[in-house]
Amino acid sequence: MELVEAIILSVLAASTPLLIAATGELVTERSGVLNLGVEGMMIVGAACGFAGAWLTGSIFIGALFGIAAGTLMSLIFALMALGLAVNQVATGLALTILGVGLSGLIGAGFVGERITPAAHLHIPGVTDIPLFGRVLFGEDGFVYVSIALVIGVSWFLYRTRAGLILRACGDNHASAHALGYPVLRIRTFAVMFGGACAGLAGAYLPLAYTPFFIPGMTAGRGWIALALVVFSSWRPGRLVVGAYLFGAVTILQLHAQGWGVGIPSQFMSALPYLATVVVLVLISRARSGGSTAPAALGTVFVPDR
Amino acid sequence: MQLVLEKRAERSGTIALVSPLIAVGLTIATMVILFAILGKNPLLALHAYFIAPLTDGYSLQEIAVKATPLVMIAIGLSLCYLAKAWNIGAEGQFLIGAVAGSWIAVRTQGTDAGAWVLPAMLILAAAAGALYALIPAICKVRFGASEILTSLMLVYVADLFLDYLVRGPWRDPHGFNFPTTAEFDPVATVPLLIEGGRLHLGSIIALLVVAAAAILLGRTIKGFEIRVVGAAPRAARFGGFKADRLVILTFAISGALAGLAGIIEVAGPIGHLQPGISPGYGFTAIIVAFLGRLNPLGILVAGLFLALTFIGGEQAQIAMKIPLDVTKVFQGILLFYVLACDSLILYRFKLVFPNRQVTRGAG
Amino acid sequence: MSKSLLALAAGLLLAGSISAASAADKLKVGFIYLGPIGDLGWTYQHDQGRLALVKELGDKIETTYLENVPEGPDAERSIEQLVRAGNKLIFTTSFGYMDPTLKVAKKYPNVHFEHATGYKRNPNMSTYSAKWWQGRYIQGLIAAKMSKTGVLGYIGSFPIPEVVSGINATMLAAQTINPNIKVKIIWANTWFDPGKEADAAKALIDQGADIIMQHTDSPAAMQIASERGKLAFGQDSEMIKFGPKTQLTSILDTWGPYYIERVKAELAGTWKSEDSWGGLDSHMFAMAPYTNMPDEVKKMAEDAQAAIISGKLHPFKCPIVGQDGKPVECKGGDHLDDGQILGMNFYVKGIDDKLPGK
Repeated sequence: MELVEAIILSVLAASTPLLIAATGELVTERSGVLNLGVEGMMIVGAACGFAGAWLTGSIFIGALFGIAAGTLMSLIFALMALGLAVNQVATGLALTILGVGLSGLIGAGFVGERITPAAHLHIPGVTDIPLFGRVLFGEDGFVYVSIALVIGVSWFLYRTRAGLILRACGDNHASAHALGYPVLRIRTFAVMFGGACAGLAGAYLPLAYTPFFIPGMTAGRGWIALALVVFSSWRPGRLVVGAYLFGAVTILQLHAQGWGVGIPSQFMSALPYLATVVVLVLISRARSGGSTAPAALGTVFVPDR
Repeated sequence: MQLVLEKRAERSGTIALVSPLIAVGLTIATMVILFAILGKNPLLALHAYFIAPLTDGYSLQEIAVKATPLVMIAIGLSLCYLAKAWNIGAEGQFLIGAVAGSWIAVRTQGTDAGAWVLPAMLILAAAAGALYALIPAICKVRFGASEILTSLMLVYVADLFLDYLVRGPWRDPHGFNFPTTAEFDPVATVPLLIEGGRLHLGSIIALLVVAAAAILLGRTIKGFEIRVVGAAPRAARFGGFKADRLVILTFAISGALAGLAGIIEVAGPIGHLQPGISPGYGFTAIIVAFLGRLNPLGILVAGLFLALTFIGGEQAQIAMKIPLDVTKVFQGILLFYVLACDSLILYRFKLVFPNRQVTRGAG
Repeated sequence: MSKSLLALAAGLLLAGSISAASAADKLKVGFIYLGPIGDLGWTYQHDQGRLALVKELGDKIETTYLENVPEGPDAERSIEQLVRAGNKLIFTTSFGYMDPTLKVAKKYPNVHFEHATGYKRNPNMSTYSAKWWQGRYIQGLIAAKMSKTGVLGYIGSFPIPEVVSGINATMLAAQTINPNIKVKIIWANTWFDPGKEADAAKALIDQGADIIMQHTDSPAAMQIASERGKLAFGQDSEMIKFGPKTQLTSILDTWGPYYIERVKAELAGTWKSEDSWGGLDSHMFAMAPYTNMPDEVKKMAEDAQAAIISGKLHPFKCPIVGQDGKPVECKGGDHLDDGQILGMNFYVKGIDDKLPGK
C-alpha cells in the first residue's frame, strides 16, 4: 500500500508540469491560435525561474520570474502570429529555437548552483493519514496551483461570458469579429495566458522537481504538453486525465523495469507515445460528427476594415 | 489612432523580392547590438557567420551537404502544407526510412551483392517512409484523429525503434557491443561527387526533387488540385476534388521524401546506422518549408541559407568563441525577421483612426 | 553613422592583426563536446580538463571548443572545421565521434587526434578512456556495507559495455560482503534528463533500494536520495553539494592531467598514437572523499583503493560466474582481459535482471 501511495506521489509530480503547460496551451488553442513554441517558453521559464529563486531566495518570486519570462516569450509570438499574421506553425518552431538559445545564455551564470526546493504542505495529523494523506495534503504548492488552474480554466471557458467569447473566436473568427468582438486582442490575451502557464511549468522543474538548472532540462516536455491538448480534445477535464495517464505510464514503466519485467526498455519508453496515439484514435472514433478541434485553429485572421 | 494590418488586393511582387533583404538587414542591426553587448567585434562576427563560409570551396560543399536533407524533407512537407495537411512528424519518417534502407545494407554486409544494393535501399527507404507517414494520414481520414499529434508521437516511437535495433539485433558483432551497425559496404554507400570531399549524390537527388516538385505544382492537374484544396476548400469540393485522398497522397509523398533523405544521410555522410542520426532535420525542415514560402525554388534557397547559418555559427564559435546559444538566438531572430517581412507581401500596414461605425460591415 | 562604421572597421583590423600574431607561435588545441559545457556532468568535466590545461600551458597554447555537437552527420564537419581553423591536436570527447574522427584523421595525417572511449586508432589518432569499473568495485563494497535493506538501486543510461561492466563490478564487490545482495536496474535510455533520472531514483527507492547508484549525468538522483534520507553515489563530477549528508563518494572524471601530458608531448614533438586506458593508478579519474560512512567502512574503501592501485586486487578476478551459471572464460590469466571488459555484454550471477539486447 505504501508503494501505491509512493507511485501516486511520483505520478503527480511528473504530471504537474505537463498539466500546467497544457492548460495554458489549451486556452491559447481554444481562442484559435496554435503556438508550437511551448518547449521554448518552458525552458526560458525554467532558466528565469531558477535565476529569480536563486537571487532572491524565494521560490514564490522564482515562480513569478518564470511566469513573466514565459509571458514575454509569448508576446513575441503574439506580435508575429497575430500582429503580423505570420504562419503560426513556423513562428512557434522559431520561438522554440530562440528559447533554447536564450535559456542557455540566461542560465549560464547559474550552472552548478542549487536552491532549497519548494516546500511540501504539512498539516499535522492530516498529512500523516495512511494511503491518501500525503497524496491529498502533502504536495508542493505547484500541484495545488495546477489543479486550481484547471478548475479555473474550466469554469472560465464554460461558465463565463468571456469564456464563451474566447471560444467563439476559436470557432469562427469572422463571425466573432462581425459581432464586434476584438478577436486579435482576445487572442493576444489567450496567447499570453499560454505563455504564463508554460513559464510556470518550466519554472516548476528547477524550483520543485530537481532544484538546479541545467540547459535543456525540459527535455521535450513542452512537446508532450502540446500533444496532451489534442489528446484531451480541448477539454480541461480530459486534460487532467491525459496528463495523469501519461505521467502514470512514464512512472510505471520505470517501476516495471525495477521489478525485472523482461521487455526491452525502448519498448517501455515508447509506451506513453503509443498509448497516446491509440487512445486518440479510439476517442476520435467514438466521437460522432468529426473533430472537436476549434474550427479556426491555426488559421490567420486579419480583420477587414 | 492605431497601426493595423490590412490585406493587399494582390501579393506585392516588389516586397516579395526585397523582403529577405530587409530581414537580413534588420537581423544584422540586431546582432550588431547583441555582439556589442557581449563584447565581441560585430564586424568580425558577421563575417564569420555570413561571409567566411561562402569564400571557400570546402565550406560551400558543407553547406550543400547540410542543406540536402533539409531541402528534400521540406519539399515533401510543403506539399502537405499546401494541401493543409499538417505533417509535423517528418523526423520519424526520416528515421524509419533510414532503418528500412539500412536493413538491406546490414543483410548484404560481407556478401558479394552487386550494384543493386544502393538503389534497393533508396526505394525501400522511400516506401517505408511513405508507409509510416500513412499511419497518421489514415488515422486522420478514417477516424478523424489529429495528424499533428499522431505524426509527432510517432517520431518518438521511431527513435526508440531505431535505438532498439542498433543496441540489439543489428549491433556490429565486432564493435565491442557499442550501439552501431558495422560500416556499410561500398555498394551500400552513396557515392561522393568530389574525391576527398563530402559532397555526395544525395545533393543531386535533392535538386531533382526540387525540379520535380516545381513541375508537379506548376504544370500538372494534381499540383493544381493540391493548391486549390488548401487555398479554397469549398471551391475544391465543387470542383470534385477529394480532400481526403489528397491528405493521403501528400502525406505519402512527404513520408517518402523524408525516408529517402534518411537513408541518404545514413548511407552517405554517416556510413552506418546509429542512434542520433538526425540533429532534428525533420523539425528544422518545417521552418525551411515556410521560409521558402512553400515554393520549391524558395525552399532550395531557404535550405541553403539555413545551412549557411549552421556552418557560420560553427565558424563563429571557433574564430570568435561565440557560444552556441548565441547562434541559436541569432537563428531565432533571423527567422522572425524573415517571416515578419514576408508577411508584408500579403499585407500592408495602415494607420486607422477609430471610427467603428464606418468600418463594420465593409467586408 | 559612417564614423561608427569606421571605428568598427578599425576594430576589425586591430582584432585581425592580434589574432594573426598570437596564432603564429601558439599551438592550437581543439575540443569537440557532446553537451553544453554547463551540463554539470560529462562535458563539464572535459571542459574542466581543458581549463586545467589552459592554466598550466596557457602561454604556449590556444584552445578552442565546439559544444553541443551531435554524434550524427554533423560531427565529421565539426572536427574538420577545427582542423581547418589550424588546430594541431584535437580531442573528440564522446564515443559517437569515433568514425568521424577516424575519417578526418585519415584525411589530415599531419594533425593529431585523441578520441575518448572508443577503440579505433590510426597512426595519428589515439584513444583514451578510464577504468571506471575499478571505482565501481569500491562503490560496491561500500554499498553492501551501508545498505540495510540489501537492495541497491542502479540507474543505467544505455546498456553499453562501459555501463554493464560498472554494474558487474559493483555486484562482484557487493557479493563479497553480502552474498544475497540484490540490485534493481532501471535503464533511463538517456544520459541526461534530470526529471527522468529523478523519477527513476524515486521508483528505485519506492521498491526498497536504500543506496542509489547512477550511470547518468545529472545530480537529480543524488538530490532525490537526499530528500528521502537515503545514500547515493555521484557520477562524473563532485555532487556533494546536492547531497551533503547523502553522497558516499563519486567517481570523478579528471581529464586535466591527461590533457596536459598529451599537449606537452605534442609541444615536445614526442606525441605518438597510443591507447590509454587509465585506472586508479593513473590520473584519469579519482574517487571523491569517502563521506557519510563509519570509519571502518571508510578504511575498507581506502584499503581496496590501495590494493587496486598496487595491482593486488583486480575487480574482475576469476573465477567469474555468468548469469547462466556457467563460468566465464578467463582470458587474462587470473582475471578477465581488457578486451573482455571493454566489450562486456553479460551479467554476472546474482543479477536478476535481463540484459537488454540479449
